Amino acid sequence: MYAQMVKSTGQGVKSLDEMDPQERAFQERINRDEKIEPKDWMPAAYRKNLIRQIGQHAHSEIVGQLPEGNWITRAPTLERKAILLAKVQDEAGHGLYLYCAAETLGVSRDELTEDLLSGKMKYSSIFNYPTLTWADMGAVGWLVDGAAIMNQVPLQRTSFGPYARAMVRICKEESFHQRQGYDIMMKMANGSDAQKRMAQDALNRFWYPSLMMFGPSDKDSVHSAQSMAWKIKMNTNDELRQKFVDQTVPQAEYLGLTVPDPDIAWNEEKGGYDFTEPDWSEFFDVIKGNGPCNVERLAARNKAWDEGRWVRDALLAHGEKRRAARVVAAE
Amino acid sequence: MDDTLFEFLLRQGDNTLVLGHRVSEWCGHAPVLEEDIALANTALDLIGQTRMWLGYAGEVEGKGRSADDLAYLRDAWDFRNLLMLERPNGDFGHTLLRQFLFDAFQVPHLKALEDSSDPRIAEIAAKSVKEATYHLERSRETVIALGDGTGESHARMQAALDLLWPYVGEMFLSDEVDTDMAQRGIAPDPASLRQTWDKTVTQALTDATLERPEGDFTHRGGKTGEMHTEHLGHMLATMQFLQRAYPGATW
Ligand SMILES: [Fe+2]
Ligand SMILES: [Fe+2]
Repeated sequence: MYAQMVKSTGQGVKSLDEMDPQERAFQERINRDEKIEPKDWMPAAYRKNLIRQIGQHAHSEIVGQLPEGNWITRAPTLERKAILLAKVQDEAGHGLYLYCAAETLGVSRDELTEDLLSGKMKYSSIFNYPTLTWADMGAVGWLVDGAAIMNQVPLQRTSFGPYARAMVRICKEESFHQRQGYDIMMKMANGSDAQKRMAQDALNRFWYPSLMMFGPSDKDSVHSAQSMAWKIKMNTNDELRQKFVDQTVPQAEYLGLTVPDPDIAWNEEKGGYDFTEPDWSEFFDVIKGNGPCNVERLAARNKAWDEGRWVRDALLAHGEKRRAARVVAAE
Repeated sequence: MDDTLFEFLLRQGDNTLVLGHRVSEWCGHAPVLEEDIALANTALDLIGQTRMWLGYAGEVEGKGRSADDLAYLRDAWDFRNLLMLERPNGDFGHTLLRQFLFDAFQVPHLKALEDSSDPRIAEIAAKSVKEATYHLERSRETVIALGDGTGESHARMQAALDLLWPYVGEMFLSDEVDTDMAQRGIAPDPASLRQTWDKTVTQALTDATLERPEGDFTHRGGKTGEMHTEHLGHMLATMQFLQRAYPGATW
């Protein structure tokens, strides 16, 4: 997902009886669906894992500004430009909430940012794919925000209070984004031949990368169990992927578009669609830095950060001068 | 058709369109997250104002052109924006300083337009002035902070000011359109706004420890359409790409 490859620091899940009293009390609170707040005691591994997960999520929001930002200056109407700009601005806001949530765990936004820029921390693989036509603005909203919602709605019930509350605010906006994306797709799918082609092409390119957003298949997802016990992950990757496919296939049909998977078929018995798994070797390539846009995305973030240093320094310096002047005035 | 009114409305709409576009170029690339969000806000306000100005311009023209037609289907020579606004963003300081120099003009301008004899213009001005006042507050604070901040930021802001100064005079130039608007009580004579602007700008530059450049040379031609910078055509090539490549499509 937005945090699709969080390596758990735990060594397998302990049973309650194996835990020391403090840890046991903590786990029992989680089991009772109590929220953990920043000042509460928590296992070091829980803290570390959450920092990674929330950090990755925050980075995804920020890097996620870039593929859609790519079309702000080329949006076809004033209204579309305003909608897209507001959407990308929302993503920056999501990043901000999430960095704030991470800060309550004792890590600063600047530290997390440095880890993103050096490549030490990851962001969602989906944002390493290019946006080539205007239809991609539709596909991203519809599929990428759609997949994000699948994951984030359950995270509103996650055990860490600040993360859960950030998710509540974020989810409202994400569902708005998804509707706007679908609206673009509707216009394209019902438009001229060229627009229809663009719409189908966008779906072709974004379908499998969207499925990859949920992370590797459960059988290969070695880090899930502890996160699920801590309720910082609420569903398995495969559960969410299935849900996403079941929701999206009828939407594609309604648009008159073809999901680029010849083996999609309704399976009455499981009450869901059978579908082809994405190419996981491609996924791991992208995670390793070999996606179509990894280099550009990190370069863009580094450039903004480096070229903004003098501004951040100046704002700080000015703030300190003002404070000092106030102190003098008060004396 | 009321030619001068149409011309006046294009000038208003093209200013906000072109500046809004420039500011939107920052989205995802600003020095800090908070500034990224604030710049997007400014751009959104300006795009909203553009829709009102150009929408009304199209009505006055009476040829069935919408705000989008005017924004996306005119070439550079038909644009009527101030030259300062079409210049590339430069660094963050240059962008904010340009914003400030314009905001300091736009706020008293819109305040005067609230009393326009044309009720539609008065209405658009009333809707825009709150946003512009907020933009001015923010751009002024930022210019002061960056001018005063560090040695490097001070030098960058002074350089930006020296670069932008030859463009500020165009805001206060009057031509026959302005004279007609003033006579009909539709809009103030731009020259009458200079004093307020000077006061705002002088105070902010003092607080920012920046030196007001000598000289009153001014580049001109943007708002009359006689002359533009080479930058405008490139901006339009980007902005208008889809409308030009797929004529008549609905988006
Ligand atoms: Fe988001
Ligand atoms: Fe979103």
